[in-house]
Amino acid sequence: MAKQIIPKKYAMPHQDPQVRAKNFDEVALGYTEELAVAEAERCLNCKKPFCKEGCPVSVDIPEFIALVKERKFEEAAKVIKRTNALPAVCGRVCPQENQCEKFCVVGKKNEPVGIGRLERFVGDYIVQKDERIEKAEPTGYKVAIVGSGPAGLACAADLARLGHSVTMYEALHTPGGVLMYGIPEFRLPKAIVQKEIENLKKMGVEIETNAIIGQIASLDELFKEEGFDAAFLGTGAGTPYFMNLPGENYNGVYSANEFLTRSNLMKAYCFPECDTPVKVGKKVAVLGGGNVAMDAARTALRLGAEEVYIVYRRSRAELPARLEEVEHAEEEGVQFLFLTNPTRYVGSEDGWLTGLECIKMELGEPDASGRRKPVPIPGSEYVLPVDVAIVAIGQGPNPLLTNTTPDLETNKRGNIVADESTGKTSKEGVYAGGDVVTGAATVIKAMGAGRTAAKSIHEYLLSKS
Amino acid sequence: MYKIVAKKTLAPAIHEFDILAPKVAKKAKAGQFIIVRVDENGERIPLTIADYDREAGTITIVFAEAGYSTKKLALLNAGDAVQDFVGPLGVPSHIEKFGNVVMVAGGVGVAPVFPIAREMKAAGNHVVGIMGARNQELIFWEEKMKEACSELLVTTDDGSYVRKGFVTDVLREYVEKEGKPDLVMAIGPLPMMRAVANLTKEFEIKTMVSLNSIMVDGTGMCGACRVTVGGETRFVCVDGPEFDGHLVDFEEQLTRSRQYKTEEQHALNRGGCGCGGGGKCHG
Ligand SMILES: Cc1cc2nc3c(=O)[nH]c(=O)nc-3n(C[C@H](O)[C@H](O)[C@H](O)COP(=O)(O)OP(=O)(O)OC[C@H]3O[C@@H](n4cnc5c(N)ncnc54)[C@H](O)[C@@H]3O)c2cc1C
Ligand SMILES: Cc1cc2nc3c(=O)[nH]c(=O)nc-3n(C[C@H](O)[C@H](O)[C@H](O)COP(=O)(O)OP(=O)(O)OC[C@H]3O[C@@H](n4cnc5c(N)ncnc54)[C@H](O)[C@@H]3O)c2cc1C
Ligand code: SF4
Ligand code: SF4
Ligand code: FES
Repeated sequence: MAKQIIPKKYAMPHQDPQVRAKNFDEVALGYTEELAVAEAERCLNCKKPFCKEGCPVSVDIPEFIALVKERKFEEAAKVIKRTNALPAVCGRVCPQENQCEKFCVVGKKNEPVGIGRLERFVGDYIVQKDERIEKAEPTGYKVAIVGSGPAGLACAADLARLGHSVTMYEALHTPGGVLMYGIPEFRLPKAIVQKEIENLKKMGVEIETNAIIGQIASLDELFKEEGFDAAFLGTGAGTPYFMNLPGENYNGVYSANEFLTRSNLMKAYCFPECDTPVKVGKKVAVLGGGNVAMDAARTALRLGAEEVYIVYRRSRAELPARLEEVEHAEEEGVQFLFLTNPTRYVGSEDGWLTGLECIKMELGEPDASGRRKPVPIPGSEYVLPVDVAIVAIGQGPNPLLTNTTPDLETNKRGNIVADESTGKTSKEGVYAGGDVVTGAATVIKAMGAGRTAAKSIHEYLLSKS
Repeated sequence: MYKIVAKKTLAPAIHEFDILAPKVAKKAKAGQFIIVRVDENGERIPLTIADYDREAGTITIVFAEAGYSTKKLALLNAGDAVQDFVGPLGVPSHIEKFGNVVMVAGGVGVAPVFPIAREMKAAGNHVVGIMGARNQELIFWEEKMKEACSELLVTTDDGSYVRKGFVTDVLREYVEKEGKPDLVMAIGPLPMMRAVANLTKEFEIKTMVSLNSIMVDGTGMCGACRVTVGGETRFVCVDGPEFDGHLVDFEEQLTRSRQYKTEEQHALNRGGCGCGGGGKCHG
């Protein structure tokens, strides 16, 4: 008899929207063991698992889910960690609906298996256990990792496991990249990220914070003076874009990076106990529709803003943010202004933002990407009264390292050119991956690129001897 | 942690620290700055590199107690350490043989001017230093400046030392008497730099100023430090801190520097949010 499929994913307990909109604690509370096992039962353990093809790093999904069914959580974690070093992180932040879960066969007629939720459960289970860290025989090779975001972390972990001596350089005072300064606590508790970083240190990875490569030492100096044999560049896409609209430098106009960094990394949410301030505003407009915009909007609500608007020029269907984040933002009271495009900032005599002038849009002919292109409706301009605006329209690569490394090939947007299947750049012994190569993408893609590069670096080092 | 190896109080509420940071000292150049964070809950504060000793591995910073964070820094003594110290940041001063160079320093601006003046002189320039302070008590590093410059002119706003007048008065007199220098460089409070730039525009003398915008990361990641220069938005931390004084929108910079006035007052009064300083307050 065919197995009866439960049509919906087991719901994950959440904090009540009214309550959570006022605190920074995590929104989704995760499965209990019972719920995890029950959800795992929904998986058909397909011979040909389509889900796995949807995962950028090909996690052995049916295999780990089968182990969850048997309550062998530690073994399940081992299976995931063969390809994904940070399950507790990816289970939370992967856009599963576009990746693994999109291809799950159960999802054809019903809701797909909650792969992300299960991965998160397993990740959290293992984070709480003290993992035994095996140290490998030292190879004697030294590898420099520049940037400590997911790309750098994944690359460092693999190289250390292979016995190479790894030093990671991070510009900021805390390692973790976007996981620390960008994605807020209520979506990704910082303790989880720090735990993973502690594990890396236990494996022998040296982490130097406050070290900007390109300023404190150039890449060439790392090779010549510090004796590194290879390097991986995972410097991310940290430079915020602005819209170049009139009035963009009024007081009260932030880049999402600044707003989120002040709140997350500098803990402005506990100002003045922590020293860094942030202007919250009563009415806040967030420009953009991606994950970054959702995070900024939800952070503004939590910091005490009365009204928060997402201003997005296309319609709901085109929002690039993860579906879950959009739903959470809506539940918490963020207001969405679709088909609305900002045209200029309005300010007071003394330089403070008082409003955002917007124009209404309508959907026209499909553009090159196949999406219907939004076109302005003439004469529909109006001013949205706001005292804070947060620009979340994207980020580009930071030029500090590339500017000081002339023989490293970059494209016209400033991204480092690297081979997709190896991470190899135009410079011998130098590999790159993550957002600095692809432009702003996802955590799992950055980690995948870090791992690919680790493999090539290992081969490169062995071929040298 | 980065150790404070020496501390001097140069004038009321103005302090000099030598901080042990060998890697930064190895690379530091005149015109660059560092960012310091006093403790776990601290703000990141930018301060110019006033001097460096590559052998001893130290960086000298000079700062005025402006608000909460600099007051907190001032409480530390030799032997204590700061949590974070990152640099060198920004683009170094462009040093070459220009000919006659006038270096104008206002208030604490003397400290950042000093290494630039020294390098300018070493590059073969005739360097005229003009330094000014509100009163005699606030004058420091006069001897060091004398050595770094070919000639040094000192003034006080209230006339309590050497002469009465603003640095712009001295600059105007100098230019009227000696003719146009090839380059003027001004570092100090924004209104002072604006006044210098307005004056030199009149005489059409190329002028560089070193901006001290509000910053967070100092690596080009946040845009807090943005400034309009010649109609374009630039980031002070990575494109600067030095810019052509005739192209800087000083009005906008002044407005932007007042962005956290209310919060700064709040921090000084320390209302307290009750999180106990663990950084975990979710109120
Ligand atoms: C607010 C926000 C929300 C997001 N939400 C999601 C999400 O839900 N799901 C998802 O999959 N993705 C999300 N992303 C995207 C994801 O975070 C990134 O794609 C990913 O972090 C890229 O990893 P990375 O390692 O390439 O770079 P980053 O995480 O950007 O790390 C780069 C690190 O390098 C450091 N660095 C830069 N230059 C230097 C230098 N010269 N010397 C030393 N260090 C340097 C930086 O300080 C930084 O710490 C989000 C991004 C943001 C900003
Ligand atoms: C590149 C750079 C180099 C600098 N070099 C020096 C230096 O060598 N010595 C020194 O004493 N200061 C220097 N500053 C200024 C210094 O960073 C500020 O004085 C400090 O951040 C103030 O912090 P606070 O918490 O003590 O005061 P706050 O409470 O933040 O501010 C007190 C007062 O100072 C003003 N203020 C705040 N930030 C700045 C700022 N960045 N610049 C000017 N005024 C500000 C505020 O509007 C307020 O009126 C530099 C700034 C930059 C960007
Ligand atoms: S890493 Fe992401 S895409 Fe891959 S299985 Fe896990 S949640 Fe799905
Ligand atoms: S496609 Fe769905 S049902 Fe099949 S193995 Fe993957 S998760 Fe399980
Ligand atoms: S201080 Fe953040 S970009 Fe300049």
